[in-house]
Amino acid sequence: MNLEDIVQKLDLTLITLSKDLTALTPSNGYASDLLSCVMAGAEENGIWVTLQAHANIVAVAALLGLSAVIITEGAQPDEATIEKANQENITLLTTSQSTFHIVGKLWEMGIRAF
Amino acid sequence: MSPADFDKRQIINDNTVKNITRVEELGYELTVDEVMTHTVKTFDVNIKMSEVLEISRQEHISGAPVTKDGALVGVLSMEDLIRCLYVNDLDAPASKYMTSELITVRATDPVVEALKIFVSTRVGRLPVLNKNGELEGILTKGDITQGLLDALQQDYASEELRKYRASHLFEDIESDRSSLILRYNIKQGDFTNGGAASSNIKKALLRLGAAPQLARRCGIAVYEAEMNLIIHTTNGGVIRVEIEPHMISIRVVDDGPGIEDIALALKPGFSTASEKVRELGFGAGMGLVNISRCVDEMVIKPSLENGTLLKMRIYLDQSRIGAIEPD
Repeated sequence: MNLEDIVQKLDLTLITLSKDLTALTPSNGYASDLLSCVMAGAEENGIWVTLQAHANIVAVAALLGLSAVIITEGAQPDEATIEKANQENITLLTTSQSTFHIVGKLWEMGIRAF
Repeated sequence: MSPADFDKRQIINDNTVKNITRVEELGYELTVDEVMTHTVKTFDVNIKMSEVLEISRQEHISGAPVTKDGALVGVLSMEDLIRCLYVNDLDAPASKYMTSELITVRATDPVVEALKIFVSTRVGRLPVLNKNGELEGILTKGDITQGLLDALQQDYASEELRKYRASHLFEDIESDRSSLILRYNIKQGDFTNGGAASSNIKKALLRLGAAPQLARRCGIAVYEAEMNLIIHTTNGGVIRVEIEPHMISIRVVDDGPGIEDIALALKPGFSTASEKVRELGFGAGMGLVNISRCVDEMVIKPSLENGTLLKMRIYLDQSRIGAIEPD
């Protein structure tokens, strides 16, 4: 399964530069709003679901080599954060749905915890 | 990149500039004379079309500029030759079938100018003129493609060379003990740049040829230390990373306020972070725990008078793991 399928199925909005999302294939998922927990628990190439939307999520995603971040509850990162994500080649997706809803849908699609 | 992309992107603003690919950049950097064919076969304006046919066949050319007393007067293409063959008029001079409506480029023009012409007209080759208006070469789309590929190949080779040089740094420089020291000054409260030092260290390690897993461990450990300086210190602090062939030593120092209860600080989930900081997702009480998971050795020296010293080591050669010496 690739990120394009996920974006379509979950009706997510891509807020970073458009790219070939079919080339990104998240292998696992993680959900938390505490950055240090993400640091400890998220695995490389994974997809991270959070309602945090500030610039530091990009640093975390880049350090961990995550394939994408889904920002929930309608939270919107500012321009500087999006810019930083583009520089680091991190894919940011947003949704008005809750974290629980998104994680449930991802699980249905076959994305599992590491 | 298709030539059409150039055409669509007439106005470049700050927003579109970040979408420009390396190939498009090269379109502006490379000049026509860098990619054109220099040795040009030309036909005299009075040459018979039958001779044009013969020469084209022998020399495998599909078109050439036509000159009169050395000056460019037209271009003869395969299409023109076919028109001539169709009416069996091979005795006619080149001037009768050549395209005399001249579309040219200057040798000093950027390649993108030539691409624009190829897109807006249907010509297959462009005569290239020097600044005196004399014929200098000929340019086809194939020349541009080849030129771009060569330039990309050079880009690739120089990045490979940089990587090679960095990864052989320790082999190329001889000493009894070589190390590379990176220092980062971290400002208190600077959440915007939080993670910059750790991501730069991770990139440096990868360029030096470290295994991705090792660079990741080091990145996570430094990230937590970096965020601790941003969140908990009075005046920020300094991260010093010493890279040696067999190990990475990281020292993080600040000048206060120090850690009151080190046993509590090391307990997973314990945090002294403010409510405001917690709202940002920090202060999970996992920082030091994460560091100890990622490094082979960790020593923390808290002092309420002199601030905190945190020392970490990651061994590249696991057999060398030993006790960190006291400072």
